[in-house]
Amino acid sequence: MEHASHIFSYKTLGLVLGALLMLTGVTVGASYIDVGWLNVWIALVIASAKASLVLVVFMHMKSAGKGVVVSFLSTVFFLAIMIGFIFWDVAFR
Amino acid sequence: METAASFYETPEPARFTGIWSWLFTQDHKRIGLMYLFAILFWFLLAVLLGGVLRLELMFPGETVLSPELYNSAFTLHGVIMIFLFIIPALPAVFGNFFLPIHIGADDVYFPKLNLLSWYLYMAGGGIAVFSLFSDGFADTGWTFYVPFSISTNTNVSTAVFAAFVLGFSSMLTGLNFITTVHKMRDRAMGWLQIPLFTWSLYATAWVQLLATPVVTITLVLVMIERFFNVGLFDPARGGDPILYQHLFWMYSHPAVYIMILPGMGVISEIIPVFARKSIFGYKAIVGSSLAIAIAGSLVWAHHMYTSGMSDTAVFVFSLLTFVVAIPSAIKVFSWVATLYKGAIEMTPPLFFSLCFIYLFSVGGLTGLVLGAAGANIHVHDTHFVVAHFHFTMFGGTGFAFFAALHYWWPKMFGRMYDFKKAYIAAILVTGGFMFHYVPMFILGLQGMPRRYYDYLPQYAAGNFFAGFGALFMILGIGLMVANLLASLGRQRDAGPDPWGGVTLEWTIPSPPPVHNFVRPPEIMAYPYDFSGVTDRSAHRQQGE
Repeated sequence: MEHASHIFSYKTLGLVLGALLMLTGVTVGASYIDVGWLNVWIALVIASAKASLVLVVFMHMKSAGKGVVVSFLSTVFFLAIMIGFIFWDVAFR
Repeated sequence: METAASFYETPEPARFTGIWSWLFTQDHKRIGLMYLFAILFWFLLAVLLGGVLRLELMFPGETVLSPELYNSAFTLHGVIMIFLFIIPALPAVFGNFFLPIHIGADDVYFPKLNLLSWYLYMAGGGIAVFSLFSDGFADTGWTFYVPFSISTNTNVSTAVFAAFVLGFSSMLTGLNFITTVHKMRDRAMGWLQIPLFTWSLYATAWVQLLATPVVTITLVLVMIERFFNVGLFDPARGGDPILYQHLFWMYSHPAVYIMILPGMGVISEIIPVFARKSIFGYKAIVGSSLAIAIAGSLVWAHHMYTSGMSDTAVFVFSLLTFVVAIPSAIKVFSWVATLYKGAIEMTPPLFFSLCFIYLFSVGGLTGLVLGAAGANIHVHDTHFVVAHFHFTMFGGTGFAFFAALHYWWPKMFGRMYDFKKAYIAAILVTGGFMFHYVPMFILGLQGMPRRYYDYLPQYAAGNFFAGFGALFMILGIGLMVANLLASLGRQRDAGPDPWGGVTLEWTIPSPPPVHNFVRPPEIMAYPYDFSGVTDRSAHRQQGE
């Protein structure tokens, strides 16, 4: 069986960890600033950036095969549809 | 046919013997059998609980249960049947045992993860039992609806945690099956040469993987609410109780397809074997399995028409619900068309399969009554829903489980069971089923609510008949299990191919050897080509 190399240097891992901690701080900081309807979008963008870093580096998505990437993207797509469908309810109540 | 020591005589890993060879096994067949006996235990327990519930309802007023105990009993019945029986029954038992064999593999892709799934399943069951002896089992029903599940004093947190652990078991099994089908399939087997049971498991596995995380997180939110009172579902603090229902059904409606899809796969295996005829519409059945998995994941809010959801959402989800009926109907049509002009040989597995088609069709059609938003208002949360649900889940998945048990039992244990007793049991279960659930349709249309401890005098006759039917059903189930278990005392007499099947499990000894195939499997161009079987049969008749 083939095993792709997915070893990141300690330096890269440390940088990603630092970025995650920094973004957590940004999340907390952003919660104190009220920008109206943008509040949710700002929180989502920061959370998505953090999730992407974890996926690409810590979960080796960068070196994963095409099948794994497609499978993962299908879960994102599916989740987006599920959340989107709730808006049929919330937006029209 | 080659001979080889069966997996019973050759533990995997070989260093373990006795009970340890089972508890530490990495053999998919042993893990499948461990699931089988655990699941049978839970099933029989939940059947008895259901029997006690119907006994209580047979006569007005208190008979055998207090109101509080009744609430806990129907919750426990639902939790066990859903999370410990119907969801894992077909994938965990028959999927584990036969999926690798169907694709010409010697095991699943992650054998250790497979064993971990079994331990998580057992741990989840153990936690549910533990909650019985702490502060009393939850009285919320298996849906754990807020705000009641947050405010009740019964032990909801432990019951919810049990479901959380069981969710992980289900997800890991789904992950294992998807990976196995992709990575372990025989190189000569293309996607359209995969047997239909394995196709159904593949479609199911995706639903398990995508939908289960939603409910596990939702159940964690319930625990957070109970422990920390955050207000996630409290409108006074910006929360939304209907959000809970969305999140719960976002998993729990696809879950009914996790339950039924493998059942449909079982029927697609059995019908052609006993009709001695290639399955009608192989590609249509494959396509409808995937269509059910996808469309079935987008109809969850049809459980919520009366909960205060917007009218737009009611319209959209009602429309989608009708769409999902189409692929289900394609399957039923294909099974019936397969039987048409077939050389039908009646056997217990076929008998259960025919009952499945009838009962599932009734369940599906009554589902359209509930899916129509207008009609739903009248029968929502009545006994009509209870009857519909049991027609699809018990008449569907339950009967498919019985059919699979009788179909693959000789392969798993190498022993054939008594046909006469199997038929008597099947007739008792089916007859009891009709007596049990048909009165519930009528009671529901008359307005009797579900989950009620007592009722008005006009509902007495229906409840009495339903209880009467339950008695026959329980007798039939008892006889069926006893008949199968009694066969284990026999010599191994089943032979490798007692039914004249053509998928790969019938080309290897019964029970199979530890690595399944003694020599490389021969993959047929089409998985349901019976020409070889009918030739064999003709030769046998000439010899006689």
